Amino acid sequence: MLAIANQQDEAAFAALFAHFAPRIKGFLMKSGAPAAQAEDCAQDVMATVWRKAAMFDPTRANVSTWIFTIARNRRIDLLRRERRPEPEDLPWGPEPERDQADAMVLQQETDRLGEALSALPREQRDLIEQAYFGDLSHGEIAQITGLPLGTIKSRIRLAITKLRQAMT
Amino acid sequence: MIRHHLTDSLLMAYSAGQLPEAHNLAVATHVSLCDECRARMESFDTLGGAVIDSVEGVGLSDDSLAATLARIRDAAPPAQRAPRKRGVFPGPLQDYVGGDLDAVRWRSIGGGVQQAILPTTKQASARLLRIPGGTAVPDHGHRGLELTLVLQGAFSDEDGHFGRGDIEIADQQVNHTPTAEPGEDCICLAVTDAPLRFNSLIPRLLQPFVRI
Repeated sequence: MLAIANQQDEAAFAALFAHFAPRIKGFLMKSGAPAAQAEDCAQDVMATVWRKAAMFDPTRANVSTWIFTIARNRRIDLLRRERRPEPEDLPWGPEPERDQADAMVLQQETDRLGEALSALPREQRDLIEQAYFGDLSHGEIAQITGLPLGTIKSRIRLAITKLRQAMT
Repeated sequence: MIRHHLTDSLLMAYSAGQLPEAHNLAVATHVSLCDECRARMESFDTLGGAVIDSVEGVGLSDDSLAATLARIRDAAPPAQRAPRKRGVFPGPLQDYVGGDLDAVRWRSIGGGVQQAILPTTKQASARLLRIPGGTAVPDHGHRGLELTLVLQGAFSDEDGHFGRGDIEIADQQVNHTPTAEPGEDCICLAVTDAPLRFNSLIPRLLQPFVRI
């Protein structure tokens, strides 16, 4: 991601594309988009990833998380044709001084979350996936909270607190 | 100090993209004010990222990467969003109002209470309410899921005290009577699945005209 943001590195982008574009297409098709539309939209999402690469902050989200939010917003735009209100961005600190160690710990926690997700009984995992594919209503989602989020929340909380402190 | 937060199910439904636009607005506005809920929201986004990672990829057309690079080259530079002023309303709400508090076009709905309806899809409705200090909000029952987010002043009801940033989550069982606390006008963002239903006769007669 950093190579894309800093050097407009097309080879790094091609590697990212090879990993994510087919998954985004799969995600959108599971969400009900026809194949051709899902492909078009996956290209669009990846073009957005390139354009917004400089805004990516590895201490607060990993690449999959960030790409998920872009793909989700495109899906809402595409399938529901409505605006998606997003929270205010947290302002940057005085310098975009991103702590490598923080980014690494967050990555580890994120990997652990992924492992916890795949270790869930099939039925529970299916429910979570359905929620993100857009197949569950809010009421149905209320039945499945109490999810294996582990310590990811406290890592993110810490990152936000650091950012707030850097601002003042 | 925010005491009344969003539930996990609302944050997950927001992250998964499953709420009506009006509810998304209330969630995004609360999260702009509340770092605790922001952290929980981002952890649900992380779960979404894990789901994307575990999805089986679907093959792309051969020229897909080339087509994407062409899109990147041809794209117009992104439009700069007009900078927002820091004000009473967090950013996402300012986008719907078209400015801060001074840009709201209020309409009186009786009893000193004013409202302004915000443009969202019809699945649910979002409005701003302005209630003078010490005044009771007209007694109303609920249909569906109602979110009330305080932006200025405070109100209290059977569930406690709600100040700036606090969000009350009520479902159809609740029949509450919030009263604005003395002092400055209480300004709230109120979101409902369906129109509010007032219990006293006169407001009910007015309902079709004022779109409550």
